[in-house]
Amino acid sequence: MNFFIVSIIKIVIVFAIFMTTLAYLQWVERKVLAHIQSRTGPFRVGPNGLLQPLADVFKLLTKEDLLPPYVNKLVYLLAPFIAVCLALISISVIPFGPEIDVFGYRTYMQISDLNVGVLFVLAIGSVSVYGVALAGWSSNNKYSLLGALRSSAQMISYELPLTLVIISPLLLSNRLSFRAISDSQAGYYLGFIPRWNIVQMPFPQIFAFLIFMVAAFAETNRLPFDLAEAESELVAGFHTEYSSMKFACFFMSEYANIVTITCVATLLFLGGWHPLFPAPYSSWVPTAVFILAALTCFYHAIRPARKRDRLTFPVFGIAFLVLAALWAVPFLQVFLVPAFWFAAKVGLLIFTFIWVRGTLPRFRYDQLMHFAWTFLFPCALLNLLLTALFVAVF
Amino acid sequence: MDTILFIIFAVVAIVCAFNLVLQKHPISSALSLIGVMGSLAVLYLLLGAEFIAMAQMIVYGGAVMVLFIFVIMLLNAGTEKSSGKSWFAQIAGLPLLLAFVALLGVLIRGVLPPMRTVRFGSWVGGTAQRIGLMLFTQYLLPFEVISILILIAILGAVVLARKEIE
Amino acid sequence: MLHLPPVPLSWYLILSAILFTLGVAGFLYRKSVITVFMSIELMLNAVNLSFVSFSYELRRIDGHIYSFFVMVVAAAEAAVGLAIILTVFRNRGTLQIDEIDSMKL
Repeated sequence: MNFFIVSIIKIVIVFAIFMTTLAYLQWVERKVLAHIQSRTGPFRVGPNGLLQPLADVFKLLTKEDLLPPYVNKLVYLLAPFIAVCLALISISVIPFGPEIDVFGYRTYMQISDLNVGVLFVLAIGSVSVYGVALAGWSSNNKYSLLGALRSSAQMISYELPLTLVIISPLLLSNRLSFRAISDSQAGYYLGFIPRWNIVQMPFPQIFAFLIFMVAAFAETNRLPFDLAEAESELVAGFHTEYSSMKFACFFMSEYANIVTITCVATLLFLGGWHPLFPAPYSSWVPTAVFILAALTCFYHAIRPARKRDRLTFPVFGIAFLVLAALWAVPFLQVFLVPAFWFAAKVGLLIFTFIWVRGTLPRFRYDQLMHFAWTFLFPCALLNLLLTALFVAVF
Repeated sequence: MDTILFIIFAVVAIVCAFNLVLQKHPISSALSLIGVMGSLAVLYLLLGAEFIAMAQMIVYGGAVMVLFIFVIMLLNAGTEKSSGKSWFAQIAGLPLLLAFVALLGVLIRGVLPPMRTVRFGSWVGGTAQRIGLMLFTQYLLPFEVISILILIAILGAVVLARKEIE
Repeated sequence: MLHLPPVPLSWYLILSAILFTLGVAGFLYRKSVITVFMSIELMLNAVNLSFVSFSYELRRIDGHIYSFFVMVVAAAEAAVGLAIILTVFRNRGTLQIDEIDSMKL
C-alpha cells in the first residue's frame, strides 16, 4: 500500500513538472528561434513573453472544435489520443537522480525502474508511429495521407540506426535498466575527467552520440527532417484536419518526444545526473549559476528598455536569489543538485534541437530516406562492431 | 492484483480477436490485432517474460503491424464483399469451431499434469541476460539460420515489390 | 484491495486455445487477403502465449527462445507475404481471394 501511495505522489510530481516544461519549451523555442533570426519573439504577453504559453492554451481551448463529417470518426478521435498518451508514458522510466531518503522512506527519483527500461522506451517509440499514420489516414484527405505515410516511413527507417547506436553504450555498461547505465558512468578518470559514455575507455561513444542525435531529429519529426509537417510543403501534413484541442495534443506529443529523447541521450551518453567534476565543488555550481542569473537581472534593471521592467527585473532577481539559497541548503542538496545537473544536460540538448531548427534547411524526402539507409545505418553498424571488438579485446 | 490484470487483459484480447474476425474493413481488423498484441504483451509481463514482452511490442506492434497498416493504406483496401458460396461453411462452421475449442480445453484440463498458479514476481528468470546467454551458446545454430532467413526475406520483399523497369 | 485467488496456468493455455481458434475462424471465413494474413498472425501470437506459459511452468528459459524465433519468423513471413500481396494486387486488381482463380480447372 505504501508503494502505491508513493508511486501516485511521484506520478503527480513528474506529470506537473513535465506539463509545465512542455508549455515553457514552446516559449523557449520561440525566443531562441527569434534571436537566431535577429528578432525579438514574444515579449508583450507578460514580462518578456513568459505568459505566452498560457495565452496559447486559452486560444487552443476556445477555438472551435470541428469534427469534419467525412472522416472515419473512431480512428480520427483515437489518433491524437494515442500520440499524446504514448509520448507521456515514456517519461515513467527516466531516472532524474539517485536514490533518496524522504522522511525515512528510501525511494528512487524515478517513477518505475524497469529492468528493461531501454527496450520500453524503444517499444513506445515504435508504437507511436501509429499516432501519425492513423491521423493521416482517417482524415480522408490526400495531403494528410501523403504526409502521414512519409512521416511514418521516415520514423521507422530512422528507428534502425537509433536502435543500433543505443546498443553500443549498452555493451559498455551491460545492463538494460537506465539507473544501472547511469550508475556505471559515475566516477572520474585521473580524478577530474568524468567517466561518461562519451569518453568511456574501451571505445569512446562519441560517434554513437552524433548518430543518435541525427536519428533523434528524424524520430521526432524536427528540422532538418520535418518534411511531413512543414507548413509550406503539404499544407500541414498529417494534422491538416485537426483543430483546437486535438491539434494541441499533437503539438504536446511532439515536444514530449523531444524531451524524452534528450533524456535518453543524457542517460546513455552524457552520464545522467552525475556532475562534470568531482563532488564537493560541483555541489556549488547550481548556487553559483543562480547567483549569476540574479546579478544579470539586477544589472538589466538599472536602465531597462521598457518602463515597467523597472519592477519586473528586480522581482526575477529576487526569485533567482531564493532559488540559489534553496540549492545551498545541505539536506535538500542531496536530491536537488543531481536534478540540476540532469536538467542542465537535457536543457543543453534541447537548445541544440532548437538551434539546429533555426539554422539548417530542410531535407527533401528522397534525400532523407537515402541518407538513413545508405549512410546512417552502415555507420551505426560499424560503430557497433568496433565497440564490440574493443570491449572484447580490452 | 495479478488476477484482476489477467482477467482484464484476457477479456480485451478475446474481444479484439472477435473484432478482427467480425469486422468488414481491414483497418478495423488491423487495429484490433494491435489491441491483441498489446494485451498479450501485458500477459507476458505477468508470466515474468520481460524481454519477450518488450520484443513483442517492438517487433509485432511496432514493425509487423505498421507494415500491415502501410499496405492497407497503399492498396486502399475497402470493405470486403461476402461471397456466400458455401452452405456447408455457414451451417457446420460454428459448431465445428466450438467443438475444436472444447477438444483443446478437455486436453488442457484433462491430459496435462496439474500446473502452478501464476503469481507476478514468483519467477524472474526471463531476463535479457539469460536469453542472450542461451542464444549465443546453446541455440547458436538456430540464431545464425534465422539471420539468414531474415536476409532471404528482405531480398525477397525487395525483389517482389519493385516496379518493373520498362 | 480485493484478494482474489491467483490464476492457474491452465487459464493462460485456454486463452491461447481460444485465440488460436479465432485465428482459424478468421483464416477460413474471411475473403480479403490481408485479413487472412492477420488471422495467421493471430494464430502465431496464440502459440507464443503457449510457449511462454510452458516456460513459466517448467521454470526454463527455452520457451522464451522458441517464442523469440517464432516472432522473427512471423516478421519475415509478414514482409514477404505483404510483398506478394502487393504484386497480386498489381496484376489482378483485386484483394478478394475468391476472384484470384485464373489457375482453377
